[in-house]
Amino acid sequence: MSGLTRRTAAELADALAAGETTSVEITRAHLDRIAEVDGPAGSGAEGVHAFLHVDAEGALAQAAAADERRAAGTPASALDGVPIAVKDVLATQGLPTTCGSKILEGWIPPYDATVVARLRQAGLPILGKTNMDEFAMGSSTEHSAYGPTRNPWDLDRIPGGSGGGSAAAVAAFEAPLAIGTDTGGSIRQPGAVTGTVGVKPTYGGVSRYGLVALANSLDQAGPVTRTVLDSALLHEVIGGHDPLDSTSIDQPLPSLVDAARRGASGDLSGVRVGVVTELGGEGYQPGVLARFRESVDLMVKAGAEVVEVSCPSFVHALAAYYLILPAEASSNLAKFDAMRYGLRVLPEGVENPSAEEVMRATRDAGFGDEVKRRIILGTYALSSGYYDAYYGQAQKVRTLISRDFAAAFEQADVLVSPTAPTTAFRLGEKLDDPMAMYLNDLATIPANLAGVPGISVPSGLADEDGLPAGVQILAPALADDRLYRVGAALEAALLEQWGGPLLDKAPALEGAAR
Amino acid sequence: MPADTPGSSTSPSDRVEITREEVAHLANLARIDLDDAELDHLAPQLSVILESVASISGVASDDVPPTSHALPMTNVFREDVVRPCLTAEQALSGAPAQEQQRFAVPRILGDEQ
Amino acid sequence: MSADVLVPFDEVLEKFDPALGLEVHVELNTASKMFCGCPTEFGAEPNTQVCPTCLGLPGAMPVVNRTAVESAIRIGLALNCEIAEWCRFARKNYFYPDMPKNFQTSQYDEPIAFNGFMDVEVDGETFRVEIERAHMEEDTGKSLHVGGATGRIHGADYSLVDYNRAGIPLIEIVTRPIVGAGERAPAIAKAYVAQLRDLIVALGVSDARMDQGSIRADVNLSLSPKGSGTLGTRTETKNVNSLRSVERAVRYEMSRHAAVLDEGRSILQETRHWHEDTGITTSGREKSDAEDYRYFPEPDLVPVAPSREWVDELRGTLPENPTQKRARLQAAWGFSDLEMRDTVGAGALGLVEDTIAAGAAPQAARKWWLSDMARRANEAGVELTALAVTPLDVARVQALVDEGKLNDKLARQVFDGLLAGEGTPDEIVAARGLAIVSDDGALGTAVDNAIAANPDVAAKIRDGKVAAAGALIGAVMKEMRGQADAGRVRELILEKLA
Repeated sequence: MSGLTRRTAAELADALAAGETTSVEITRAHLDRIAEVDGPAGSGAEGVHAFLHVDAEGALAQAAAADERRAAGTPASALDGVPIAVKDVLATQGLPTTCGSKILEGWIPPYDATVVARLRQAGLPILGKTNMDEFAMGSSTEHSAYGPTRNPWDLDRIPGGSGGGSAAAVAAFEAPLAIGTDTGGSIRQPGAVTGTVGVKPTYGGVSRYGLVALANSLDQAGPVTRTVLDSALLHEVIGGHDPLDSTSIDQPLPSLVDAARRGASGDLSGVRVGVVTELGGEGYQPGVLARFRESVDLMVKAGAEVVEVSCPSFVHALAAYYLILPAEASSNLAKFDAMRYGLRVLPEGVENPSAEEVMRATRDAGFGDEVKRRIILGTYALSSGYYDAYYGQAQKVRTLISRDFAAAFEQADVLVSPTAPTTAFRLGEKLDDPMAMYLNDLATIPANLAGVPGISVPSGLADEDGLPAGVQILAPALADDRLYRVGAALEAALLEQWGGPLLDKAPALEGAAR
Repeated sequence: MPADTPGSSTSPSDRVEITREEVAHLANLARIDLDDAELDHLAPQLSVILESVASISGVASDDVPPTSHALPMTNVFREDVVRPCLTAEQALSGAPAQEQQRFAVPRILGDEQ
Repeated sequence: MSADVLVPFDEVLEKFDPALGLEVHVELNTASKMFCGCPTEFGAEPNTQVCPTCLGLPGAMPVVNRTAVESAIRIGLALNCEIAEWCRFARKNYFYPDMPKNFQTSQYDEPIAFNGFMDVEVDGETFRVEIERAHMEEDTGKSLHVGGATGRIHGADYSLVDYNRAGIPLIEIVTRPIVGAGERAPAIAKAYVAQLRDLIVALGVSDARMDQGSIRADVNLSLSPKGSGTLGTRTETKNVNSLRSVERAVRYEMSRHAAVLDEGRSILQETRHWHEDTGITTSGREKSDAEDYRYFPEPDLVPVAPSREWVDELRGTLPENPTQKRARLQAAWGFSDLEMRDTVGAGALGLVEDTIAAGAAPQAARKWWLSDMARRANEAGVELTALAVTPLDVARVQALVDEGKLNDKLARQVFDGLLAGEGTPDEIVAARGLAIVSDDGALGTAVDNAIAANPDVAAKIRDGKVAAAGALIGAVMKEMRGQADAGRVRELILEKLA
């Protein structure tokens, strides 16, 4: 069956169910594609470099098992046999898990994250682990200790971050599905700059057990796909209560696939869409804003009512985030100390070093600059004398942000904004200016602070550079279905406008890997 | 503001800066061995970041409660039942060094905690 | 290491007021760990009772053990504490190789129980010890230190870490500063720990054995000039592994602090290490550069908010409080106040109770434990509970005495055999041939021999000086190697010399 890598996950699932193809065929097609465009894994050489580790043998074995189940008439799930890539921040038993860091080089977890276990139970063959900013700290995947991932739209540009690998893999047709994680926009922002769909579920909606924590109160794992329906299908596989995660929601998910299908009919009558004043103005690229406004117009054409809402405390979201995250991260990363797993570096010129000296030398060698910056900042924010002024204050600002969302959701059913202020910038462009890098997350951070779900849906290409931009749709906590309904409706309208998927316009990558 | 001033909080008018010495102290608390070049490099960057985030003081009035969890939940427990563990081999699988089925670590300074 | 200068105890009290603080850690006897389902049984092979959570693997997450929370609440209630309506866990951040996450999940400014008290009886007086808080936390892994002289940390080349005990549930109980104890400070410290231990055991939440580390006491002490009303700089002393050590460590630190202060120097705020063998404390880590623990609420856990219904339900499960229990037992046993006080003070209450339950008369039980066993424990330098003699043993030996098969002297030889691990009391009696000879024939022969060997004493007795029989009894007992009932011997002597 030709063009297997160009199909959506839903199409592949239908084809498998109809017996038109096999999981082994599909998986092999994607492995071939990876070999063709990704470049040698872990080398950072030319090529997309979305993957840090490819498990061809394992994926094909899992695919074969899926085919057996289909043949026996007992598929494990609707997506049984559809391959997937997993961000390297999730523990995969038997597969290396580096979190994009040297300090975990070669670590092979003895257990699976719950999300991974659910993928296995549902029968999705795992193609491999995708690249990311080290410990999920970043917005460009340039902070990976294993070299950057490149944007399939322009290999000299960033794919977004921290989950650039997952987004690039899906955008480059190396995988129909991927799992990402989002702490401040790390699924949504890469989605926007690569022309893919990315979803951050309601906080607690997807288990964090096995997700190497960055900021525990902000992190969520979620789907990275090419269509809204695919995200809904994947979200239903991975979501739901997990007794191993004390912060996971003990309530059934609303039906997301139904919401997506319903939305695809293109009817948004009765839906109130709120445009957030504070998210989209100064600092936003004109082409990004233009595509955003057009998307809002399309929603209106579909029957939605648009209102302007103001969330004044959102201007403080970045500051609160860059205090809460480093604080939690500084504590989370203390476990990397060369004693139980991971890198061990002996200090130079020291005879018979102590455990402390080995810890210090290892952490200096094993952590990159951005990680060190945030650990120091976090240590500062938590230290005695500063806790109230920094971490304590940031937690209060969170309350204000939650209140603003609550007020906004009284006036609107969903809120919208451009997902990211700019399209993909060039590799190296923002590396020397941490604050400039942090500004990429302006629009996405508020949702993490309040725990509300968000989706990024491609809105088109910006005029000035022909690069993808995204629209962010936010819903109240637990109302993830609204994301899928509104997202699917917008997607359908845009698809009609474009005459086909946006990714068809991306440059061909054949032979890109050199 | 000196790092050892206890219990004080900054106000927006205070010039916020992290000195090289403070960075060294924090790196010490975080068990990261920063060399001189790194210290020189990090301190100004951190000051810039801190300057930006320090705007947060005074934003929320005293009567605003802090949020540590987006969704309020309480009393999540597990029953006191034994569940399967890792095997020793699995537990030690990542160990940089092991001996007698234990993690071998370099000599520990100081007293038992 | 130069020896500390010490001021004699009485002198210390002339010039200074001691303030005492006790931090006691109790290991709960739950089936599984505080935040994961790993088993808690002792003695397993290293690193066979760990999982991603208690090993601190990247990505792992904690889930709170309900029974541990119940135990914490029950301990709080038994200590007359208020139970928090809402509280959280917090991370205490510090680096140490036996800490899998390099932070301990504990409680900081929101403990589950606070503002309580325990009335401690010392020498017939009641002293109220105020409890500041009781909170939940987890234990660390355990290290073996290789290469040093004594297996201790100093001078070791490297260490081997076993994480089986990492994550075991602990309850930490902290007193408010105990002031006004004066000369009774060491005794109060000891009594507090002893009675707290009894309470914990009565609750059934822990074995609370100091010798096994399932209850651990850290002693804080400071001195201030007499009558000043201020608190001095305190030191914390660890490795206090028995009740005896608690008392001795307090006493020692009081003397040591006084010497330093007398010289006009100041006390270094530090953690010290008690050495039971040499009876001194030595300097440990300096606490002046106090580690900044950077506490913040544990983001992977949600708050614990015990409903008042749940708390009331748990209150209903509390055993009678120790004061009520002691009063009841004292009445039941017919002990005088002094006898009861001595029993409690010796840490023998449970042992005596169990011995009586096994059939011995109260006075007999008390006699054995407080005299013989206490002496033996003292000589061996161990706690009464650590002796190889059990309440069942004592009851059996007393039963044998009651049956006339043993006398006290023979009974002591049985205890010797028990401590030497020779078997059960009955086995020892048989093996050592200790049973009293009740055969009047054999006894009669020995009496005849004694009479024949001591004619002048015999004559006195015939004359009516019955008291002189004592010398003959002694001779008979010697011939019988103690295996005779002295009363029966006396009867036989008087019969024969009537």
